Amino acid sequence: MARKLPATDVVVIGLGWTGAILSQELLQEGLRVVAIERGPWRDTASSFPPGYAPDELRYAIRNGLLVQPAQTAMTFRNKPGQTALPIRSWSSFLPGNGVGGAGVHWNGQTWRFLPTDFVARTHLTQRYGAGFLPSDMTIQDWGVTYDELEPHYDRFEYLCGTSGTAGNLQGKIQDGGNPFEGPRSRPYPTPAQRQPYAATMFADAARQLGYHPFPQPSGNLSQAYTNPLGVTLGPCTYCGFCERFGCGNYSKASPQTTLLPVLVRNPNFEARTQSEVTRINVDQSGTRATGVTYVDTSGNEWEQPAEIVLLCAFQLFNVRLLLLSGIGKPYDVNTGQGVIGRNFSYQTTSTVEGFYDNRIFNPFIASGANGMIIDNYNGDNFDHGALGFVGGGYIGMIQTNGRPIETTPVPPGTKRWGAEWKKAAADNYLSSIAFFCSGSSYSYRDNYLDLDPTYKDHLGLPLMRMTFDFHPNEVTMSAYLTDRAADIMQKTNPRQMVKQPRTAPYSIVPYQTTHTCGGVLMGTDPKTSALNRYLQSWDVPNLFVMGSSAFPQNAGYNPTDTVAAIAYWSAKAIREQYLKRPGPLVQS
Amino acid sequence: MMFHRIGLGLAASALIVTFAAGAAAQTATPDPQNFSQIAYGRYVAVLGDCAACHTNPGGPTLAGGRPIETPFGNILGANITPDRDTGIGAWTDEQFIRAMTQGRAPHGVRLYPAMPYPAYAKMTRYDLIALRAYLNTLPPVHNRVHSDQLPFPFNIRLGMLFWNALFYTPGTFKPDPHKSADWNRGAYLVEGPAHCGTCHTAKNFLGADKSSQYLRGFSVQGWFAPNITGDDHVGIGAWSIDEIVSYLQTGVNAHAIASGPMADEVEESSSHMTVADLRAIAAFLKDQPAGSNPSGQAMPASDPIIQAGAAIYTDECAACHTQDGAGIARLFPTLKGSPLVQSAEPTSLTHVVLEGSRAVATDAAPTAPAMPPFGWKLSDRQVADVLTYIRNAWGNHASPVTAGDVKAARRTLASTAP
Repeated sequence: MARKLPATDVVVIGLGWTGAILSQELLQEGLRVVAIERGPWRDTASSFPPGYAPDELRYAIRNGLLVQPAQTAMTFRNKPGQTALPIRSWSSFLPGNGVGGAGVHWNGQTWRFLPTDFVARTHLTQRYGAGFLPSDMTIQDWGVTYDELEPHYDRFEYLCGTSGTAGNLQGKIQDGGNPFEGPRSRPYPTPAQRQPYAATMFADAARQLGYHPFPQPSGNLSQAYTNPLGVTLGPCTYCGFCERFGCGNYSKASPQTTLLPVLVRNPNFEARTQSEVTRINVDQSGTRATGVTYVDTSGNEWEQPAEIVLLCAFQLFNVRLLLLSGIGKPYDVNTGQGVIGRNFSYQTTSTVEGFYDNRIFNPFIASGANGMIIDNYNGDNFDHGALGFVGGGYIGMIQTNGRPIETTPVPPGTKRWGAEWKKAAADNYLSSIAFFCSGSSYSYRDNYLDLDPTYKDHLGLPLMRMTFDFHPNEVTMSAYLTDRAADIMQKTNPRQMVKQPRTAPYSIVPYQTTHTCGGVLMGTDPKTSALNRYLQSWDVPNLFVMGSSAFPQNAGYNPTDTVAAIAYWSAKAIREQYLKRPGPLVQS
Repeated sequence: MMFHRIGLGLAASALIVTFAAGAAAQTATPDPQNFSQIAYGRYVAVLGDCAACHTNPGGPTLAGGRPIETPFGNILGANITPDRDTGIGAWTDEQFIRAMTQGRAPHGVRLYPAMPYPAYAKMTRYDLIALRAYLNTLPPVHNRVHSDQLPFPFNIRLGMLFWNALFYTPGTFKPDPHKSADWNRGAYLVEGPAHCGTCHTAKNFLGADKSSQYLRGFSVQGWFAPNITGDDHVGIGAWSIDEIVSYLQTGVNAHAIASGPMADEVEESSSHMTVADLRAIAAFLKDQPAGSNPSGQAMPASDPIIQAGAAIYTDECAACHTQDGAGIARLFPTLKGSPLVQSAEPTSLTHVVLEGSRAVATDAAPTAPAMPPFGWKLSDRQVADVLTYIRNAWGNHASPVTAGDVKAARRTLASTAP
């Protein structure tokens, strides 16, 4: 029996990027906020001191910042009809844990989606005709436009101090930036990071082919920056310990380096860590959330009543908690009806590896978002008419790290152990690189999330089941993008080039990305979305659900900037509309 | 908490204008009806940083019990709430003023000068009465504190009679008619309520100020409270008035970040002072004469110690403090030209390298960056070499630090560890 705690105004589930953003926004309204976080407290000074923060074995190999599968995992299968088995070691994607969430261990790649990405189905249908999309592709419009989100992208980038070169300022195309991006109201807050040799080599080759290379927008800052809240970030030292690590130099934008120092000073804010929310409670009508139930590490169960519930966990855990709480109709793959778990999507990544003679790349000079990119083949920036697929991605040379355990590039055919392998790894460490393709992942009727019928967690609650595979559209797209990357690499005269396009079936073993998306979509129709355009639950109007779980499908970019933009967009609606007249912001 | 602070700042600045204008009638006694007097008294408590010793962190306001380290042993801050049994509620106003200015509590009990009555002796009766008026409004807390934790012979309070005879100078602050009103206000604050010299002035073997060394720095609680005179080399002569104000108000300026005991001072006291008072303090400090530091010479770059230190600096320090020692404003203090880095006693430097430190967080500068500890990964020799390097690089010049110094510092820090 849960012990009932004194009520609060707002309860936040998960204190990562969106939990921290929403907490700060609603504290401005004078509300009392309690944030409940499954993992430990983390701040830069105590948790990531530079003396041991760059410990590759601890963090990159032993997943020191991730949730342990013994606490929470999911089962996986490629196709409905197969039996799903539990994931016992993270690999393809890396769910975070603790204060800061995935915002601690991300790479800092800070992308806006294209204006057409938000109206994907309408745009593609208009341009290519109704029959052009595969019949089982379930992409849909977001219910919000780029123009509506622009001020909120801007807000997040100025919170973080994002380093980049604008390509489109209020409709005027700028030299050196991304000419395909949507218009920005103002430049990036700080200039782009400096580029290592491999990236400049990529850019030179791309220019020769008529492309428009530009620097990767980076949350690892080119120079010191003090954000509008007065919190200061330092310049990146290009140490190359970003993804999977906390930054000890205060250089990577994270909740720790942008928001938490302000949140902890506010007497109306409280964080309860090591506390796992097991249920969002609703009243008998089923249309009003009354708060949450959580379990502490002693196994004590607590009920925290609240007027507003904000579900701010990682995408996968948002979906699972709604399924466990019985909020929203679960998606049924047989009928295509239901919304919770619908349209699970990912990212279709691929690489081209190059092995060179007489080129030294120094891969250890790196940051998680340090590279040169072309966007000519992203979204609908190019004509798909004759290509037989939709979607796309950016192509780039991003030097994220040269960490010794993970960076052992050897050409195909090299023995996989022993002296020959060691020699090849040593010979190629400095002189090999990989061009990267970050492809979109469109949604399909049979890619979805539901509760597993067999496996349960340590509390006896069902694990979530993931059913996902790459479809021919994505495989064709990946082959196309990878070929374009190879064209660029060919210009740089590698000794040997290895194309690795993404192929089906999807495997959860090799690391690809942590960009899991969908399952709690935002949209305009309660039949196909769980949330309205303000991330408000159609069924329970005092429940808002943040995160990439709201993406109807994933574009060819990293999701964090868009996750934050829709969070600020939702916060604005809560502050300016919902608090004045609590209730549905959109009539269904 | 945040609201408290904003409220205090506004109320205090409004009242000081009134006070400065000389319009306020002198009030002879604390008056529980006199809102202005009580609010001003609260500001006096901020100026005096009463909470630093009399409020146990997390405990009730000014109810005592906080340990204060002294070279002679620990003393616990007294309960100064109006509780009649265990606080100061039963004291008359004259008894309160005598304790504040002469170190004599009722019934002949003599206070130790850890209670800085030699400084508070300079305070005006007006300020002391206002302070009493504010203290009278606090919730009385029943908390019996046995302040005296000192070993023999320092636990014999009668000894203070002789100490006072030797070192205590009675008398309220006397303005210098040849100086500006600003300077005199600064002098009053520094010498009186803010009692800067309590940490920043060297003490003799009995813990009394060496007046010839006024504000030229002193090691206290394992830290070196640096020289805060107008000395260009080891003092704050190179800092502008605005930079000093920024440091005291927000904990950071372009050169430095407050940590250690000064972080507590900024958080609890100077960040709540008015800008006018901070400017006055800055003007007075910059006018204090420099010591007789000879313009020394840096150790040569070819010296093996400097070379060893430079290599360690590049590996362990440069990522934050930058290769040229310039640091990053508001995050990583400047080492180049830093008075603290070049100070005669490297106590604070050794302390932060061995144990790390956390900067103060204020509303204006909430980041609170930290220096990680290196005591676990650098040997005494390595710590000494890297400190000797930063004291003699980029135009800095100061005496070398020896491995013996570092070893002694480790011992001191271990013995005072909580």
